[in-house]
Amino acid sequence: MSESSSTRVLRHMGELDYSVVQQCMHCGMCLPTCPTYLETQRERNSPRGRIALMRAIADGDLEVTREFGEEMYYCLGCLACTTACPAGVDYPRLFEHARAEIEAQDVLFTPERRFWRWLTLRQLFAKPWMLRAVGRMLWLYQASGLCQLVRKSGLLRLLPANLRNLEPTTPTVCRRFSDELIAEVETPPAKRYRVGMLTGCVQDLVFSDVNRDTVDVLLANACEVVTPRSQGCCGSLHAHNGDLEQAAAQARRMLDQFDLSSLDAIVTNAAGCGSHLKHFSNLLGGDPAYRERAASWDRKVRDISQWLVEIGFRKPEGGESLPPRRTTYHEACHLCHGQGISKQPREVLRAIPGLELVELENATHCCGSAGVYNITQPEQAAKLQAEKAACIAKTGASLVATANPGCHLQIQNAVGVGTSVKHPVTLLAAAYRAEKE
Amino acid sequence: MTPALKAAPAASLAPSTIARLREIAGEENVLVEREDLVPYGFDGTAALKHGATCVVLPRSTGAVSEIVRFAHSAGLPVVTRGSGTGLSGGSVPVDGGIVLCLVHLNRVLEIDPANLTLLAEAGTITKTIDDAAHPHGLFYPPDPGSMKISTIGGNVANNSGGLRGLKYGVTRDYVMGLEVVLPSGEVAWLGSKCVKDVAGYSMKDLFVGSEGTLGIITKVLLKLVPRPRARRTLLASFASMESAARSVSKIIERQIIPCTLEFLDRKTCASVEDYAKVGLPTEAAAVVLMETDGHPAVVEEEAAAMASIARENGAIAVEEAADEAHAVRLATARRSAFSALARIRPTTILEDVTVPRSRLAEIVAFVEEVGVRHRLQIATFGHFGDGNVHPTILTDETDPVEMERVEAALSEIFDKTVELGGTITGEHGVGLAKKPYLPRQFDEASYELMRQVKRALDPGGLLNPGKIFDLGSAGA
Repeated sequence: MSESSSTRVLRHMGELDYSVVQQCMHCGMCLPTCPTYLETQRERNSPRGRIALMRAIADGDLEVTREFGEEMYYCLGCLACTTACPAGVDYPRLFEHARAEIEAQDVLFTPERRFWRWLTLRQLFAKPWMLRAVGRMLWLYQASGLCQLVRKSGLLRLLPANLRNLEPTTPTVCRRFSDELIAEVETPPAKRYRVGMLTGCVQDLVFSDVNRDTVDVLLANACEVVTPRSQGCCGSLHAHNGDLEQAAAQARRMLDQFDLSSLDAIVTNAAGCGSHLKHFSNLLGGDPAYRERAASWDRKVRDISQWLVEIGFRKPEGGESLPPRRTTYHEACHLCHGQGISKQPREVLRAIPGLELVELENATHCCGSAGVYNITQPEQAAKLQAEKAACIAKTGASLVATANPGCHLQIQNAVGVGTSVKHPVTLLAAAYRAEKE
Repeated sequence: MTPALKAAPAASLAPSTIARLREIAGEENVLVEREDLVPYGFDGTAALKHGATCVVLPRSTGAVSEIVRFAHSAGLPVVTRGSGTGLSGGSVPVDGGIVLCLVHLNRVLEIDPANLTLLAEAGTITKTIDDAAHPHGLFYPPDPGSMKISTIGGNVANNSGGLRGLKYGVTRDYVMGLEVVLPSGEVAWLGSKCVKDVAGYSMKDLFVGSEGTLGIITKVLLKLVPRPRARRTLLASFASMESAARSVSKIIERQIIPCTLEFLDRKTCASVEDYAKVGLPTEAAAVVLMETDGHPAVVEEEAAAMASIARENGAIAVEEAADEAHAVRLATARRSAFSALARIRPTTILEDVTVPRSRLAEIVAFVEEVGVRHRLQIATFGHFGDGNVHPTILTDETDPVEMERVEAALSEIFDKTVELGGTITGEHGVGLAKKPYLPRQFDEASYELMRQVKRALDPGGLLNPGKIFDLGSAGA
């Protein structure tokens, strides 16, 4: 259990060099971009405030307390501060290590919390077969009509309030998962590149069609696609939630599944995964068996829109007959802030015939999904979701494009039935298909 | 991580004191927990921090007045702050006192297009002021680097400058009136909407730049000007610092007063470009960002004249911003210079010396020479048109040997500045950072005059004590 302050060792924060916290020169440029600071206007709820707390801990002026733990879980991890920071502070690493320290010192312990963390991080999202089995059961439950029956029966009242409130937002699971839709190797008639395809975990269960669309788009652009079976979670969920050990295990698993040297790129279509996948070296830099492969992996990972623009994707033809569809683009935090990718998805969208792209006010503001934030901090998440919905309504768009499953669900739950949410790659795939008709 | 500088442990206030503050300001607006206080122990100044004892976030002028009245009776020091982006340590807490944070006083109360004025609460963000003026075709020009988060109260208390100082002046030039809570807790209104007003002393001017030592500014009445109809932004790069400085001098000699003449040296350019990626030349020894605004015909003429002067004086290239958005990106990138320099070394010590414009080349050359002599990395950027330069020492506060050299270099730079008829701070204020050097710039009578003013207005010495100067035996 917790050690006394004199012998206290910072297991995770101690791994970071002091210069990482020192990098923050507390100029305050991050403040106006931070959703939690804007909400409360309290310094501790700001990036520089959180870094000040981390520095105080490193200096031995502050313990890793429950309050600190709560503060670090109040942070969305949206990384808007990272884009705003002129000094180049590596906030993602500080954030991950701080949360890992909080878990190592167990300052937020409750029996329920421990159970849920074990179930999700160490079971469901650590074992692909288990996640799929649960996904299958959920599909049966939803598709059989049992779901409606349970809702009517009032059985849900047996659940704790926070879960009960979430039940209606449970994503609809796809009938078929990625491995059933995508062959292990798919080869286009003319082949210029060979790429690895990441199917993800949530994406695999809930948006396996987006994975299929991604493969179709790659094939249409002369990429041979290699999709290893039963991939599972890349570990981003673990790293963002203080389980760096399991995140490293997941990363090793990922690396073992791909024959890197034969691939030009590893393609992901989920922003949250992509911003994590590009930094395996942070997790495996100290592991001689994996260090080099991790570095090579980091260099090869691409977001799908990034890859398409890089190889000069083919613009679909036709569409003159289509009525122009007013579309707006929400920038997933981990795409624009986490990976600095803003232009490419717009370039993809602009290439689609019949699509009129209108800019979304505050497009780079977090929608409140933020991984599992909408479950852990429902109140703040709902505020951000409502703000996002209001901005979308102002555009008059009937279609919202976004490139991350979390944002996709969060926005779908916020906009009315008249508005649909799609991944840009889905729209591009549809445009290619329309050419043939 | 290895421990380095420690924040001084904060004393705590008596429970009855905290209870009284909560009664006045509301339970949730008084912070006393460690995790709440640590992030209030500093402003935007490197290497200066001091633990806060208690932070109060009032929601009205009435609450500010009552808090100050209470502090007065209880003998508690009060340090006022806005967003904490100051660059002189002016809002760093003091032992056993209250930090009065005004960010919740953030309403624009009135825009008066007939009189071209705007009235706002002190915690209003600087950029919000200009955004509010915009729809009326009006303009609030002062634009300190932190304008997206700095508060107008903080700007007034420090008489902040910015990139547009050359043509438009500084914060003081726009302050027409102030509401001030005096050290006793009384609320005073100073100034008016009148263009001419000589009724009595110009008391508002006493509070502009007073750094929270004389009173607490709660409302600000600002002058607005017509929004310029056209703007042209040019970027000139030079192979030497001298040719850049000469071009700037020639532009002013030709009696062209553009709104911006900003200078960045090679180190600064490289850091800013690394962050902002706006296409700054990173090979040139010096880059000058020039902006002219106003009537379209005049703007056209001035832009052409500035470009040719730059070329005549050795510019390698003169480029024009592609469009309004690019121009804004360039100016924004320039505003990030100070923070972007933090990429190079752990600690970034920013100076703010200003000299008469004709002595600019001398001070820039001197700074370079001092850097070489003391083996320090110094990047320089600043407002060339104002004679205001920001030599920025890139160092590491955890290295005491290097920090000694930093101290020595600073001391020499300040001496040289004073010798050239300059000032040790052009726009950042004295606070704690420049306090030791202030007497070098003042003769005994003028230095003592400032302290007399302080003693007269704040006999208890409770408002932001120990900032700008110490009161000595005659004071608190």
